[in-house]
Amino acid sequence: MADFPDTAMKPDAVSRKAADTGLRLAVTRQQGHFSLNADLTLPARGVSALFGASGSGKTSLLRLIAGLDKPDDGHVYLGERALVDTRRGVCLPPNRRRIGVVFQEPRLFPHYRVRGNLTYGMPASARPRFDAVVELLGIGHLLERMPGTLSGGEAQRVSIGRALLTDPELLLMDEPLSGLDGARKQELLNFILTLVQDVNIPVVYISHDPQELTAIADQMVVLENGSVLASDSLENVLLRVDLTRQLGGFDAASSLNARVAGHDHHYGLTHLALDETRQLTVPYHDAPVGTALRLRLPARDVALAQSAPTGISYRNRLAARVETITPLPDDATAVEVVLRLGQQRLRARLTRKSRDEMALAAGQTIIALIRSVAFDMRQR
Amino acid sequence: MLSAAEWEAIQLSLRIALSAVGWILVPGIAMAWLLARREFRGKALLDGLVHLPLVLPPVVIGYLLLVSMGRRGVIGQWLHELAGISLPFTWQGAAVASGVMAFPLFVRAVRLSLEAVDPKLEAAAHTLGAGHWRIFCTVTLPLALPGLVTGTMLAFARALSEFGATITFASNIPGETRTLPLALYSLIQTPGQEAAAARLCVIAVVIAMISLVASEWLARNARQRMSERDG
Repeated sequence: MADFPDTAMKPDAVSRKAADTGLRLAVTRQQGHFSLNADLTLPARGVSALFGASGSGKTSLLRLIAGLDKPDDGHVYLGERALVDTRRGVCLPPNRRRIGVVFQEPRLFPHYRVRGNLTYGMPASARPRFDAVVELLGIGHLLERMPGTLSGGEAQRVSIGRALLTDPELLLMDEPLSGLDGARKQELLNFILTLVQDVNIPVVYISHDPQELTAIADQMVVLENGSVLASDSLENVLLRVDLTRQLGGFDAASSLNARVAGHDHHYGLTHLALDETRQLTVPYHDAPVGTALRLRLPARDVALAQSAPTGISYRNRLAARVETITPLPDDATAVEVVLRLGQQRLRARLTRKSRDEMALAAGQTIIALIRSVAFDMRQR
Repeated sequence: MLSAAEWEAIQLSLRIALSAVGWILVPGIAMAWLLARREFRGKALLDGLVHLPLVLPPVVIGYLLLVSMGRRGVIGQWLHELAGISLPFTWQGAAVASGVMAFPLFVRAVRLSLEAVDPKLEAAAHTLGAGHWRIFCTVTLPLALPGLVTGTMLAFARALSEFGATITFASNIPGETRTLPLALYSLIQTPGQEAAAARLCVIAVVIAMISLVASEWLARNARQRMSERDG
């Protein structure tokens, strides 16, 4: 989409520093009966997802990072900069943290026009970026409108623009899609996907929707009851069988990276390359050859065969090696198999009975059968 | 159309009411904000104190003012020695008395509208780099504007009609503290002045109506600006 002018997007010295060391935090906070106790380091680039059910502490953690609440004890560092450190007696107020926050609700100022909202926190240094941000978010035609006249998706886009134009060193997004219905959700998600690739700052994205996160996250933090269950790359976290319940249970999925290798217009199919030897065929996806995509594959949509079967509707057959076989924590009848496909890994769910009948064991070579309709694709 | 005495009373009334509103504006907003947005020890007591003029007989307020701000009162003595200001029996004193009486009405209206301002918007402004003062001036106060207008008009009307505290503290001096209500009272006390009293009565009604309509119009304007359709 919109290209930022070279000069406008170059991070200044301060934000480059922040970008190299990322966000470090170790905080505790007691809120009534809920206690938050988190120790985390997030990378300086890309999108880190805070994932968990409602009440897991995602928003509490975000408020601590933004400075809207204070930890009882602990610290938060952005790069080398202390945002709060109770031992050193440092606690910057939110307005001095240089963190952009996008809340669940747009929270636009009803008495300012869209333009006034966008420029509310804009320092002179961000002025050259105004047009680029407006174009990126597609809100140019809304500038003179009052917030009360905007749709939910439009308002949320304005609030994202408003946060970006403060020239932040970190962008926090707290379930920005939660107030929207299906189609609007997808539309805004596409805007956000474009944006997180364009901005040069780390993004912390909160959600309880694993599908949304597969599309957007590079790093994933799983929270439960106020503590951190896992913090790793998205691919690795999705492969954690012990987190199946948190990751959506029945819908647990893994993610694969692929490139568009070609299109079959006759049958309306698109061929994707996982690596030099492995190809997948999926329903037509409108992206030029070479585009990098991320795929989401529910574990239950992957079947295993000892040899390539014939006369079967599963379009995709991939040679794979069995890496681990683990019983599902909450399901006595099923096992989760982690497969290795070259450099990537994939989850497959089978019944215990199938495993025994096939005599599956780690190290075995096998064919993974994947239904071509099982993909959930997002442009990366 | 109007006699010189009537004009004098009207002008004096307006001057005193405007001064009263003028001096309670800033402390009133500060007090309303304190009561709406802060939790502190003794808040209930302060709240009660602010509301006292609303429930006490105005004469009591006038008397208390006389005791505290009179020549020999604690504050009055201090004011006289340091600034040479003497409030009793002056129009400034009448403005103080009317202001004190109008204060709780103003604070109530402003407090209600401040409480209606969504703190989430203030938090958003905070994350956008605004400090407390800027948040107050650019988000809180503008959003509370309808209540501020209502409060100002209520206070103005209350100050205009103030009688008991004024006559007790500032007395009934023609050309200095004889406002409309005091002038009316004086006429009623004088035999044969029924027609003049009726005239003043009509004038009082007209002024009250004008300020009521003006406040409605201003408040509606303030609200409309916020819910404005496509610009």
